[in-house]
Amino acid sequence: MTSYAGRTRHGGKLTYAILTVAVLVSAFPFYWTLVAASRSNADLARVPPSLLPGPHLLRNIEAVTLEADIGKALLNSLIVSTSITVGTVLCCTLAGFAFAKLRFRGRGALLAVTVATMMIPPQLGVIPLFMLIAKLQWVNQLQSVILPGLVSAFGVFFMRQFLVQALPDELIEAARVDGASTARIFWAVVVPIARPGMAVLGLLTFMTAWNDFFWPIVALSSQEPTVQVALRQLGGGYVHDQSVIMAGTLLGTLPVLLVFGLLGRQIVGGIMQGAVKG
Amino acid sequence: MTLPSAPPATGTAPPGSPAPAPAPRAPRRLWRTLSPYTYIAPFFTLFAAFGVFPLIYTAVVSLYRVELQTPGEMEWRGLGNYTALFTDSYFWTALRNTFTIGVLSTVPQLAMALGLAHLLHYKLRGRTFFRTAMLMPYATSVAAATLVFAQLFGRDFGLVNYVLSAVGIGPVDWQTGTLASQVAVSSIVIWRWTGYNALIYLAGMQSIPGELYEAAEMDGASRWRQFVHVTLPGLRPTIVFTAVVSTIGATQLFGEPLLFEGSLSGGISHQYQTLGLYLYEQGWGFFHLGRAAAIAWVMFLLILLLVGVNALIARRRSRTETIR
Repeated sequence: MTSYAGRTRHGGKLTYAILTVAVLVSAFPFYWTLVAASRSNADLARVPPSLLPGPHLLRNIEAVTLEADIGKALLNSLIVSTSITVGTVLCCTLAGFAFAKLRFRGRGALLAVTVATMMIPPQLGVIPLFMLIAKLQWVNQLQSVILPGLVSAFGVFFMRQFLVQALPDELIEAARVDGASTARIFWAVVVPIARPGMAVLGLLTFMTAWNDFFWPIVALSSQEPTVQVALRQLGGGYVHDQSVIMAGTLLGTLPVLLVFGLLGRQIVGGIMQGAVKG
Repeated sequence: MTLPSAPPATGTAPPGSPAPAPAPRAPRRLWRTLSPYTYIAPFFTLFAAFGVFPLIYTAVVSLYRVELQTPGEMEWRGLGNYTALFTDSYFWTALRNTFTIGVLSTVPQLAMALGLAHLLHYKLRGRTFFRTAMLMPYATSVAAATLVFAQLFGRDFGLVNYVLSAVGIGPVDWQTGTLASQVAVSSIVIWRWTGYNALIYLAGMQSIPGELYEAAEMDGASRWRQFVHVTLPGLRPTIVFTAVVSTIGATQLFGEPLLFEGSLSGGISHQYQTLGLYLYEQGWGFFHLGRAAAIAWVMFLLILLLVGVNALIARRRSRTETIR
């Protein structure tokens, strides 16, 4: 992503000033979560407010684990997000490869249907989906969130675009001449080349799955919560201690922030690539 | 814009391939035609069961009475759910709120994103830092962001009111005031999505050929004129894309109004209840799944309408510009 088509102008002081303000606005709510989570509720009601972290973080974390099962929620979120990520990347790479490089009847139509539904919010299907999982007796079980989470029309399109550009036809032809089956070609030729695309898709999928809100609060309850279900419970109006709510928010946000801190660059790249293709 | 180049393929030819294969026999040829479908089968099976079916079946459910406790029993109601909807004043309130919050959140968000993208497009020291930092809010969940903002917007002890009072404004009642509460809810959306949209615009700007800027510069165009006459037209498809995505997102708004105070009604007098929250209240607050399905279907039609309007505006604008 380094083609700076002709733009060699350096940013002036004002540019840096505005961008710094934007960064501060982006970062402040995170900082404030830490401040509020480490203060007592009485501190938060003080005027003027204290702007530095306080000593009560551990006590608030302890309190929030009594209010909501944050430990279980973190574990559940990890299971759900990892399963969705692995499954989605696999399904989308398989389908993306077929759409990019294999010839079959109905290819154009099926791809068009997939792309057309990319824009339709899955939220609109929650009622039949809920009736379906109720019939399967999956309510309150993690698979009710995992299986619908595997459907990613965007992922199929993304992997197709990636493989159209990254995978030369000659490579497949050469392997075919050598007598390799399509399955063998997929594992030995396609997957190694698709890996960078799969990594980006995996990152984006993991974040989306971790942060998904509407469907998990419908399908799960406080007995089997994900992090977002636990946060919804905390924010549901029954917990009045703001600093405890903020401690829960902090715990629920830290894992994604950690991923973001380590791989933020790749996520930025992935979003910008996706934008150009979309 | 190109993708990161693929690593050189190692061992392209699978080992152990025997002498030239004999002409494929019939079963093998059959397999050749069928095998592509096995690659798309996993996706399309899930897609059909959990994507397409629920979407279409929503229209069917909206014609029945279905209760949350007994989702297996359906009683025919015809258009009853829809007439009940259209005679409920809270539906119209939610529709209006969805529209006003949509405008309040989308317009400033995209405008600021455009400005930031323009700045990010300069040669900058620490550009990765700026980009990553601005995308951080996008990595936060709706629930976490909303809980923090709800705290910041507290009426009595919130930081926002404290800062406002320092400059002689307020205190503002961010919960009960209609406009104030909608501004507060919108600010969560703006905070989460501005950086994301800025990066999308930046990607679009980077694909505008540099020669266009050089030519404009030679014609003596100022930076502002370059922005208006080179950057904006070049970004049009991207702008339409973000407008469509943000519009759809605004129509779906749910987590922010739900967790702002934790009530299903979206405030004491429904002052910031959106259609998404209204749907949830009908389905999971009042147990009327059939009526909730009717709301979902209305939202679907609304989205189609908005996307259509968006496309029309984009087409008309491009036509007037070519005439000019």
